[in-house]
Amino acid sequence: MEVNPLIPIRTSSRRLPRNKMNASLTSLEISVIGLGLVLMLADLFVPAERRRFIGYAAIAALGFLLAVSLSNNGSCSLAGTAFNGAFINDGLSLFFKRFFIIAAMLVLFIAAEFSDRIVAAAEYYSLILFALAGMLFAASANDFAMLFVSVELITITFYVLVSFQRGKLTSLEAGVKYLILGALSSAFLIFGIALIWGTTGKLNFTELAAVAPQFADSKIFLLGVLLVFVGLGFKIAAFPFQIWAPDVYQGAPTPTTAFLAVGSKAAGFVLLLRVLFTAVPSVVHTPIWANLLIVISGITILYGNLCALPQHNIKRLLGYSSISHAGYLLLGVAALNATGQAAVMYYLAGYLFTVLASFLVIALVLRHLDTEDISGLAGLSQRSPLLAATMTISMVSLAGIPPLAGFFGKFLLLKSVVEAAQTTGNPGYYCLIFTALAGVVISMYYYFGVIRAIYWSREAKDLSAIELSAPAMLTAWICIGGMFWIGLFPNTVLMLANAAATALNV
Amino acid sequence: MLAALALIVVPRNYRVPIRAIAVLATLISAGLAVKMFCQFVPRAAGFQFEQQIPWVESLGISYHVGVDGLNVGLILMGAIVAFAAALCSFEIQSREKEFYILLLVMTGGILGAFASLDLFFFYFLHEFALIPTFIMIGIWGRGEKKNYATFQITMYLSVGALIALIGLIALYVYSGAKTFDIPKIIEHVKASPLSAGDQNFIFPLLLFGFGILVSLWPFHSWAPLGYGVAPSPTAMLHAGVLKKFGLYGLIRIALPMLPQAAQSWANVIAWLCVGNILYVGWVAMRQKNLNLLIGNSSVAHMGFIFLGIASLNVIGISGAVFIMIAHGFLAALTFALSGYIYQQTGTLQINELGGLCRKLPFIGTALLMAAMAGCGLPGFANFAGEVSVFFGAWTTFPAITVIALWGALVIGGIYMTRAIRNVLHGPLPEKWNSLTDATHVWRKLPYALLLASLLLFGFWPRLLTEKINPDAEKILAQPTTETASHGGESAHSHQNLLTSAATK
Repeated sequence: MEVNPLIPIRTSSRRLPRNKMNASLTSLEISVIGLGLVLMLADLFVPAERRRFIGYAAIAALGFLLAVSLSNNGSCSLAGTAFNGAFINDGLSLFFKRFFIIAAMLVLFIAAEFSDRIVAAAEYYSLILFALAGMLFAASANDFAMLFVSVELITITFYVLVSFQRGKLTSLEAGVKYLILGALSSAFLIFGIALIWGTTGKLNFTELAAVAPQFADSKIFLLGVLLVFVGLGFKIAAFPFQIWAPDVYQGAPTPTTAFLAVGSKAAGFVLLLRVLFTAVPSVVHTPIWANLLIVISGITILYGNLCALPQHNIKRLLGYSSISHAGYLLLGVAALNATGQAAVMYYLAGYLFTVLASFLVIALVLRHLDTEDISGLAGLSQRSPLLAATMTISMVSLAGIPPLAGFFGKFLLLKSVVEAAQTTGNPGYYCLIFTALAGVVISMYYYFGVIRAIYWSREAKDLSAIELSAPAMLTAWICIGGMFWIGLFPNTVLMLANAAATALNV
Repeated sequence: MLAALALIVVPRNYRVPIRAIAVLATLISAGLAVKMFCQFVPRAAGFQFEQQIPWVESLGISYHVGVDGLNVGLILMGAIVAFAAALCSFEIQSREKEFYILLLVMTGGILGAFASLDLFFFYFLHEFALIPTFIMIGIWGRGEKKNYATFQITMYLSVGALIALIGLIALYVYSGAKTFDIPKIIEHVKASPLSAGDQNFIFPLLLFGFGILVSLWPFHSWAPLGYGVAPSPTAMLHAGVLKKFGLYGLIRIALPMLPQAAQSWANVIAWLCVGNILYVGWVAMRQKNLNLLIGNSSVAHMGFIFLGIASLNVIGISGAVFIMIAHGFLAALTFALSGYIYQQTGTLQINELGGLCRKLPFIGTALLMAAMAGCGLPGFANFAGEVSVFFGAWTTFPAITVIALWGALVIGGIYMTRAIRNVLHGPLPEKWNSLTDATHVWRKLPYALLLASLLLFGFWPRLLTEKINPDAEKILAQPTTETASHGGESAHSHQNLLTSAATK
């Protein structure tokens, strides 16, 4: 079989010894943190009117890191573990690391467009990079301590990022809400970890998986697993832990919202997949857990879609829509099979370009308006055809219509649930399928409402053309290209997702 | 020829905003479809003009198109109707570029869906054609009920398509063939049929999913309303061609892959189609708006096709395919004509119209002939199809056939002749004195073309039946139950009857 450069090498000759520091594996994370520090220093020397270029420099540096992670040469793409097994590099972590770096690059583009509205732009960029470092660590976490540290690194930077527009009341309100609920979720998480450690004495996922079957009847251990699930449920905004999402999405600066919607959610999912399927597989592969996941997934889909229906604020609408997408993604988790896990990753890859495209348009169009109402998009088709097309394609992809990324992702998720239904015969899966269908149909209504506002609303007052900088146009084209590429040529991403899913089922 | 088929499937020239390009593109595809139809060899094994490009190997999805007796006529019909629809689009006055782009996307999607031999692309290309329909009705639709109708048609058809999608995925998963390729799944299922329970789970998904798409009673209420407000090219393409997709899906996928379930659900289909024929026919009699009347009558015609499918024998099925083609021409013709009348008069209320034949002799005559074809008058293609459906259905459901015949002849006759009388004859209101007939040859061409096709297949049904019959036999060649073989035998005995009846 030919060696594919995109999948980490697993040959024994290059596998690094276990139970060693192997700090070189973390080169990607260390570089990102270093980059963040450099940006903060650079802020001191770069004149204020050229701040945008700090952002572009950061994007270029991340592009270099992405190229390194895609090539086979860097130590970051070696398979192996570091820090006594707390840090793991495998197909799954590499898939998500590339994902996070691409997301951060696109978010930095949006942030550069946004930089004239925030003071201390360079700090904003470096905070994004610190959050990115947290996500990279999360992708590699193989230990509850590492999991908690990475989650905290992400969450604490997001507290600052959410409330970055200090002058805006809504931004501060969002920051406080995120702080309180984030702290609550951390409390759940740490409590769950404590219970698991207290009963089993293990923190490492691999070691835990070996002993977990012995504790199958231990209520305290099961409660611990459940609490960890709750803590991660906050991160992905699944029902009933979704209350914060709409408020925070609405109040936060748009680039933060974009990163929250893509990066934070994906980090939640990689941790969820890793914990459920490598640390406690014996617990998860039971009918009770299947039913629990089915119920949560179904309610999340319905809640997100139904609540999105009456929204007028576009960012709030996307907040609810992101809840519903968490529900769709949970379909793949609830299926409890490898195709479901691969489908989750595939869907996230499509979701990345789709959501970032819509937030890019929101950041560009609404930055000069006081309102974030959907009516602010009126007449966009005349003001900027490119942005109108970007927003339309993104909404169509979110609604899951061919030939865009969202369709094939939903197709894979539904397929995995049908497979689960066939192999287990659990009637809950059938109900889940039809719940998901209902959700898709409901969602078409509000996504098409946005498209209608762009093309057919009559009350457009301001028809002046929107000036687009070259990087903004580039970002829009990247997102459009990404949505079409993932929708029309699924082979590459699907192969990577399948390879990543095998890491979960060794 | 393979390249030609690819060209039919994807008309790439979206960007050029001129009408001539759209007409030319559809003309080319229509020409190619005619050429393909003529070159098609009946009774050849397997598929012709096949083309296969792997797409996602790990899931067994490939872009696989090919033609056999079942879809060759449908593709021909679709291409001709698309050409006529492009010609009829002169009524679109605003945002023409977008309209033609959508029209071409829709055409490409439709023809691709019919040619597709891969479950995934089958669905994918159908969605591809469906979305432009919604947008076209939403923007270029007419009347004050536009938004409501758009909303309703979008909801109904999305739900239908999604249910069918689940059915298709379930078929893929349960068959265990690890491929989306339709011929391969059929082979696999023949070797190891699905259990009766699985079949009875998947078949209703497909039946009701596709049924909603085809406006099977009682899921039909979107259709008259949607066609009532749709711009006529859209109504022509959707009612004429795209709607047949669901029926085609049932014949192509559900019958050969789920033969047992088809047996047990045939009764249900048959009774539902009585709802289509009688109930909707009854509703059509009460309509005051010409477009709603045509829409309802088109829903009623779907009943005959369902009846043909439910009969589960060769004559019934080939009759069903035959009506699908004939009705495609007919629906396109009637919607094109009503679109012309609407454009001239600004209304389609039947009681406001009258005596139009004097002012619009060409359009009036065409409408008269279309109405006659709609009642199933011999000489038009609908007659040949309906006759064979009734022959086919007689062996399985005599009672229902009698009811359906009654519905077809009496109810259809009543509402069609009433409409003709009120619209074309009688006193001409003064305000219509300024109407002008279609004079230019390009304006006459679409109507003439569709009428000619109706008459051609009406007088010479063998052109189609000799192509459809062998493949209809293949679809039913599943000696799983006794009834199936029984139906097949009786079908053969009726074969001679049919050909003699049709050639008379």
